[in-house]
Amino acid sequence: MDFPILSVIILVPLAGAFVLLFVRGPALARWVALVVTVIDFLLTVPLFAGFDTTTYEMQFRETYTWIPAFGINYAVGVDGISVLFVFLTTLLGWICVLASWKSIEHKVKEFMIALLVMQVTMLGVFCALDLFLFYIFWETMLIPMYLIIGVWGGDNRVYAAFKFFLYTLAGSVLFLVGIIVLYFQAGETFDILALMEGNYSPTVQIWVFLAFFVAFAVKVPMFPFHTWLPDAHVEAPTAGSIILAGVLLKMGAYGFLRFSLPMLPYASQTLSMFVAVVSVIAIVYGGYLALAQDDLKRLVAYSSISHMGFVTLGLFVLNIHGLEGGILQMFNHGITTGALFLFVGLIYERTHSRLIADYGGLTKVAPIFATFLCIFVLSSMALPGTNSFIGELLVLVGAFGYDKSIAVLAVVGAMLSAAYLLGMYRKVALGAVENPLVQEAWDMDTREISSFVVLAVFVIWVGLSPKPFIDIMHVSAQHLLEQVLSRAP
Amino acid sequence: MESVESIRPLAAVLVSTLAAFIILGLRDKPNLRDSVSVVAALVKFSIVASMAPLVLGGGTYELTLFPILPGIDIAFRVDSLGMVFATISSLLWIFAAIYSIGYMRSLNEHAQTRFFACFAVSLSAAVGGAFAANLFTLVIFYEVLSLVTYPLVYHHEDKAAWEGSKKYVIYLVGMSKTFLLAGLALTYQMAGTLDFAPDGLFNSVDAEPLLMIVVYVCYIAGFAKAGIMPLHIWLPSAMVAPTPVSALLHAVAVVKMGVFCVLRVVFHVFGVGLMGSLGLGTATAYVVSFTIILASVYALTRDDLKARLAYSTVSQLSYIILGAVLLAPIAKIGGIVHIASHAFSKITLFFCAGSIYCASRRKKISQLSGIGRHLPWTMAAFFIGSLSMIGIPPAAGFVSKWNMIVGSLESQQIFFLVVLLVSSLLNAGYFLPIVYKAFFEAEPNPGDGDKSEEIREIPMVAIPLFATAILSLLMGMYPEYFMTLAQGVVR
Repeated sequence: MDFPILSVIILVPLAGAFVLLFVRGPALARWVALVVTVIDFLLTVPLFAGFDTTTYEMQFRETYTWIPAFGINYAVGVDGISVLFVFLTTLLGWICVLASWKSIEHKVKEFMIALLVMQVTMLGVFCALDLFLFYIFWETMLIPMYLIIGVWGGDNRVYAAFKFFLYTLAGSVLFLVGIIVLYFQAGETFDILALMEGNYSPTVQIWVFLAFFVAFAVKVPMFPFHTWLPDAHVEAPTAGSIILAGVLLKMGAYGFLRFSLPMLPYASQTLSMFVAVVSVIAIVYGGYLALAQDDLKRLVAYSSISHMGFVTLGLFVLNIHGLEGGILQMFNHGITTGALFLFVGLIYERTHSRLIADYGGLTKVAPIFATFLCIFVLSSMALPGTNSFIGELLVLVGAFGYDKSIAVLAVVGAMLSAAYLLGMYRKVALGAVENPLVQEAWDMDTREISSFVVLAVFVIWVGLSPKPFIDIMHVSAQHLLEQVLSRAP
Repeated sequence: MESVESIRPLAAVLVSTLAAFIILGLRDKPNLRDSVSVVAALVKFSIVASMAPLVLGGGTYELTLFPILPGIDIAFRVDSLGMVFATISSLLWIFAAIYSIGYMRSLNEHAQTRFFACFAVSLSAAVGGAFAANLFTLVIFYEVLSLVTYPLVYHHEDKAAWEGSKKYVIYLVGMSKTFLLAGLALTYQMAGTLDFAPDGLFNSVDAEPLLMIVVYVCYIAGFAKAGIMPLHIWLPSAMVAPTPVSALLHAVAVVKMGVFCVLRVVFHVFGVGLMGSLGLGTATAYVVSFTIILASVYALTRDDLKARLAYSTVSQLSYIILGAVLLAPIAKIGGIVHIASHAFSKITLFFCAGSIYCASRRKKISQLSGIGRHLPWTMAAFFIGSLSMIGIPPAAGFVSKWNMIVGSLESQQIFFLVVLLVSSLLNAGYFLPIVYKAFFEAEPNPGDGDKSEEIREIPMVAIPLFATAILSLLMGMYPEYFMTLAQGVVR
């Protein structure tokens, strides 16, 4: 058997969390967490080096029997879709540690442990090939996130954490019901690949699809299940927001990719218009709400809802352009929105305000800061030459091939993003410095610049040369599409 | 047709971006910093000019940088149409760079480093757009141009500047974001490629006519820099920018980028054949005719000199598009040549407006009585520019208008002939009174504290503007260069 690289990537943060238990002093805890996350990030290099882009088969598979009585295994593996998110998770991992370097001052050790455990569960979700294992990771994830928001959050943290927990838990319960139904329908197996082969009756498919839909739609979040997101973001500490926007929201979309589409092709095709309509509502309504925000974090949070609408729209137009665009947009959104939340966190450390009206003239006091903000604002509004443009273009190409009126409405939502983001940049970065707190803001230090540079590289790289990223996912996306379309509704 | 793989298009694009970084680095040494602009302009023009011989002979330079998706690359292709636009923007940058130094220094403007850096990058965007080989690359440079000119428009950072620039950037970016994204997505979905083709990329595509018309409208609305009414309102509000910006960008680079994109769509996305069979050519001709006349009437009523020039620009841009969509090839040639004629003349006129402001702080036409006695070179250049705009030989505007008029007669599109003639009269109506006022009217109450004795030319401002005036005369007398390129497009 080959070197179990996936298990190592999943377990390194867990080992790090264990080491942290015995560490004293906040400074050492920070360094341990940083070293662990950087090692985890570097471990993805051999993962990509050994990755074969010509097959859709799961790679780097490991299977160990766990609970034979119920056919439950510890099984992991990645294909061209999930490998991208393993990479995204480990990338944002060390960025989160750096983002919390100064902003988390009490219970540093505990915070870092929560972050590392969080990373374990997220990686587990993307690698799991056993539905039971997947569900364990999926549920465990709630606990560290609940703590990150509830303990280290803002003034209203308990309310936000509780709301987050209730919403996702309600979704998860339905998810569990769906899983149990599939388990019995497919002949008592939790093997995800076997479940994909199963042939379920149309009625079962519709009901399971709807149960899954609620679970995933809460995570994405899709309209009308989105109301927990702005509260959670506003109260969460910076690292919490980055994880939430960068990885957690992708879980819902990943659920659609891994379960709804391949396992329930009949329901996916029958209900695709329903999902597309809900997605477009999210695009337009999210953008419209973002226009009205006076709080930076809320603005970015609502823009997330709008941008994730593009993802779900892309997944459910059921053609290759839309699917690849949707997956690419998941990756892009993780990079760009992660960077925007990092920006809000860093600026809050300086001025202790998130109100847009309190800012102005950032270019004059902190030019490096303002330059990076500019890059990510442009990326978020999908300017040509940045990563999001490629994603949105592909999704729209797919959407026009699916239904013209849906695509037209999505375009309107895309226009709104230009309005609220440019308006925000104008008020925050340009003009005269009027607030004395902004006057005292210092520019970025090396620690902060290093996170932003890495994220900016991906913005430009995907924007100018997306081919390597699309090549990785192409064969898997093609196969997924065949799985959906080969079984006629 | 010869096609050469070469790094030169990329070099021509990047030289001014590189200059921008040097400018930012030299922020504490103004003399050195400002000479960088001039040197970069000369280098840029030389690179562009070095590609001219092959392109004049019908050849192209090509360079593919990155593949984006199947059928989409980031790629450059230097052809005749691109060469017209690249030549005027790189050539006129030389004069604008010198003029800007004189203008900014005589007014003691703030943030000069930002100004010169953004100015340089906007030239990269313009030439990048000119050399783009497909819609995707073109749109990238189009957007870069919108954003990098934003700091130039809000340069003064007062209330009027913020208002004007907000309208400018939200309008241009919003329109392009909405319509171009949709246009690109639909085009790619129907044709599977975004590469420009000599007969149009839709040539072999069999699609619903209604859908094609929607795509066309998306492009026309998306490329709002072309200023077709009612999509022109960003242009007058952009006049809050310092005059060198209005001159090079809002008379040459930015607006020509819009017109250039429309011409690309007309010639190389849809192609002449499809434009005719869908009836798009004639429909566009009516819309732009309306713009030509109405914008001229607006110009007549404006007392602010820059506002009058801005509306004149709106009107003249539509001439170019009108020429391109008329049926006769000779009219198309006239339209393309008008890109150059209008550029040389209108930059002169804006330079003059700036020169008047630097010397006297006057902005309104009603204040210009007798100013020609103090600023003879400026007002003489203004006269030459006006002649060219009206279309009187031997100035440049004559060549292009003549070809358009001959073309409209040839294809018997008499309505458009009338439009061309009426608007020429209107041009004379709003330009010549300014010249008359400057040279022949008496000054209002000399010596009442107006200090009109102190008004005199600033050499660094007057020399470039007179040079561009001479250029527009020379172009009228020796139009072969642009005529040959235009024939290359239409052939």
